[in-house]
Amino acid sequence: MNSLLTKFTLGFSATAVSFPWLPEQSSTYAPGIDGLFYLILGISLFFIVLVHVLIVVFVWRYRQRQGRRAFYTSGNRRLEALWFSIPAVILVVLVILSQSTWSRIKTAAVWPAEALTVEVLAEQYAWNFRYAGPDGKFGALDPALMDPYNPWGRVEDDPDGADDVMTINTMAIPVNEPVRVLLRSKDVIHSFFLPDFRYKHDAVPGMTMEFHLEATRPGDFPLACAEFCGLGHYRMKGTLHVMPRAEFDAWLTEQAEEGQP
Amino acid sequence: MISSQADATTADRSIPAAPRLRAPRRALWRYVFTTDHKIVALQYLFGTLAFLFFGACLAMLMRWQLGWPMQRVPGLGRVLPALSSQGGIITPELYSSVFSLHGTIMVYFVVIPLAVNALGGYLVPLMVGARNMTFPLLNALSFWAYAVGGTILLGSMFTEGGAAAAGWTAYAPLAALGTSGQDWWIIALLLAGASGIMSTLCYVTTIVNGRAAGMTLGRLPMTAWAMLATSGLTLLAVPALTVALLLLLFDRNFGTSFFMPSNMIVSGERLANPGGGQPLLWQHLFWFYAHPAVYIMIMPGMGMVSDMLPAFARKPLFGYKSTALATCSIAFLGFLVWGHHMFQSGMNPYLGTTFMISTMAIAAPSALEVFNWLATLWRGSLRLVTPMLFILGFLSLFVIGGLSGVFMASTPVDIYVHDTYFVVAHLHYIVFGGSMFAMFAAIYFWFPKMFGVLLGETLGRWHFGLTYVLFNLTFFPMHMLGVGGMQRRIYDPTIFPHLAAMQPVNVWISVSAYALFVAQLVFAYNFVRGLWRAHQGTGPRAGDNPWEANTLEWQTTSPPPEGNFVERPIVVRGPHEYGSPECDAKGVEHLPQNVA
Ligand code: HEM
Ligand SMILES: [Cu+2]
Ligand SMILES: [Cu+2]
Repeated sequence: MNSLLTKFTLGFSATAVSFPWLPEQSSTYAPGIDGLFYLILGISLFFIVLVHVLIVVFVWRYRQRQGRRAFYTSGNRRLEALWFSIPAVILVVLVILSQSTWSRIKTAAVWPAEALTVEVLAEQYAWNFRYAGPDGKFGALDPALMDPYNPWGRVEDDPDGADDVMTINTMAIPVNEPVRVLLRSKDVIHSFFLPDFRYKHDAVPGMTMEFHLEATRPGDFPLACAEFCGLGHYRMKGTLHVMPRAEFDAWLTEQAEEGQP
Repeated sequence: MISSQADATTADRSIPAAPRLRAPRRALWRYVFTTDHKIVALQYLFGTLAFLFFGACLAMLMRWQLGWPMQRVPGLGRVLPALSSQGGIITPELYSSVFSLHGTIMVYFVVIPLAVNALGGYLVPLMVGARNMTFPLLNALSFWAYAVGGTILLGSMFTEGGAAAAGWTAYAPLAALGTSGQDWWIIALLLAGASGIMSTLCYVTTIVNGRAAGMTLGRLPMTAWAMLATSGLTLLAVPALTVALLLLLFDRNFGTSFFMPSNMIVSGERLANPGGGQPLLWQHLFWFYAHPAVYIMIMPGMGMVSDMLPAFARKPLFGYKSTALATCSIAFLGFLVWGHHMFQSGMNPYLGTTFMISTMAIAAPSALEVFNWLATLWRGSLRLVTPMLFILGFLSLFVIGGLSGVFMASTPVDIYVHDTYFVVAHLHYIVFGGSMFAMFAAIYFWFPKMFGVLLGETLGRWHFGLTYVLFNLTFFPMHMLGVGGMQRRIYDPTIFPHLAAMQPVNVWISVSAYALFVAQLVFAYNFVRGLWRAHQGTGPRAGDNPWEANTLEWQTTSPPPEGNFVERPIVVRGPHEYGSPECDAKGVEHLPQNVA
């Protein structure tokens, strides 16, 4: 009990200090998403305070007392229409603002034509990555060839694939450059989640998901799985290294050499 | 649009003659194989409260692991020797089963049956002035389907491999792969669904055909309106779930591939299934049921609050018509928003936009109801007893939960908060803070009707105060964890450095959760003491109408006799006539619906 109490007190002070909040913005999507987040937060706080103030004031002023009786009214069309319309208008505005951000993130038409492509293959409980290597071309894949020694199902004698780079749980991208990600899963549904980038996307077996990312600062960022995928879901952990272009090229070459027999 | 001028006498004529008015003498027939809707409802009440206790214990286990990962749970090795081979540590296997069972039990075996079948089933015939359900046997059977389903679910814990471990949403293809516990889970849910269909069919027909003379639609208590809408949702949504469950059962046992694509390689092995299926189909079918289901959980409570609030404010519900209309439009829109659970699933982003619009649209009528309730408080004469406190708590928490829903309805923000603890916070504010607070209010309010005894007021206030404060201490920080990037359904957050930094918050939540659990023992004691007093004939008698309310259930004895009313009431006015000019003319404070 004593130790519980200590932990509770510690927990309280630690909570007050390490008050968790949005991680530092690290992708081009983060400002737009955070902006909407703060806008909705502001609106919400306004209504939460309004409702609670009203509850407290009403409870205090109109609590049952000797000699006071309730005021008889069964409604007022105009007022009801008013407090239906105010939230409705706010919601319409939110829809419009959200849609403009959403379409900037999700519409294929606005994605850059030229971008480094990274293939991601999720499995229980790891992230596989594939880069095209110096030739810029991915080797062919054949799902029928997939096995524990050939997780991607690579066609061995395809020359395009000879210099492909494959990593596990380590992803690297250059900073300030658009990156095209092709996301797949070989078993169940996973979700590719980069908190610092404010981005996530489910990986669904049988489908290839395409999306674009652009990092705005170098660093190492956690990659987590956000969709429950089995017993090891919690430890499906990768790291995204964001680095300047030159460093990235060096990394890729190094990986390519390491991968050679 | 149904006319509110429904011909009362026609409605009345369609009622079968009064069934036998005396209760059967043998206890077995009276309390077990009964067809009296009141006893069936009490069976549901005891069943759901027992499940609530069990589901809460599971939550305590989860909070242990999240607060103090991999620490021995005192006594676990003795209670669950089979499940915790590792010396009383919660294993990932156990954790997955525990959170799956917790969600499954709380949704399908606690909140839905507690709101719809226990309280709703008790009140519908009484409130509309009927002697019983129009199909009493079907109504009774619904409980047995529920009971068998619940037993199967509990039994599945003892199968090889343990209970289902794919969450309450059982996303395919994960759920298509697990051990046999998942099959039992499917069967349990099929039965729970059947129970929902059987009971809500009774409610619809009772509300439509079973109303007493003079009970026009415009005079229906709001609970009855909400139950009508809820029943409609259940009847139309459950079939989608049933289909999904059967397809999943086929995928698991008969070699089909409705939810499984080709070339699935699981733990290094190529699956033998023919493939060609689509995992997202499960999500569409499931949420086509489960989004309406979240409204099935909240709408009965919203209806009951709309009827209790006037009785404690001593003035009519502000905006009866707009509240009824909002209820119906929420029910309708509830069918158009399921895709908001799938924004990041790979569903076409244009569809995401459509679902964002419909989801934002559903928030407007919800807001209207909140403001109508607030306006009901305005210039009332508020009696601040326990059920009223829980109603105020409901208002406060439902507003917070509804607003957190708006974050996730905004598709870009949802990219970030989807599948994080933010969602967990949202759903608990709505389901616990909203539905369960409304149910606590309803239990304190109608317990005297059910058993003839009032629940202890002092204990009730303590229960409210502790629950309200501890609820917020437990669930509010979950928003923070979500905003900090913590995924849901993870066994050990400390694996990630950025989550380990927030571990004090998890400890804080766990400690608050234990205190919240203990606070519920105050309620358990109060409830059991009330039952004991009712049994012994001691304690404060409730009388027929302790809250001086107007709806019909208060115009008969507590508890009501078999057949509900000695003489069938004839309704002459609406449900909320407190302090009306007519009352003044008659020199009374309030006028029950049937008093001439
Ligand atoms: C203002 C009204 C509401 C809005 C705008 C709203 C919005 C949402 C959205 C968008 C999600 C999906 C979040 C995600 O997974 O990323 C969600 C989840 C959820 N909502 Fe609501 N909601 C509202 C009210 C309700 C109500 C009334 C209930 C139930 C009584 C409810 C229960 C739930 C539950 C249980 C989930 C979690 C589902 C899961 O396990 O993934 N919500 N809500
Ligand atoms: Cu996962
Ligand atoms: Cu929903």
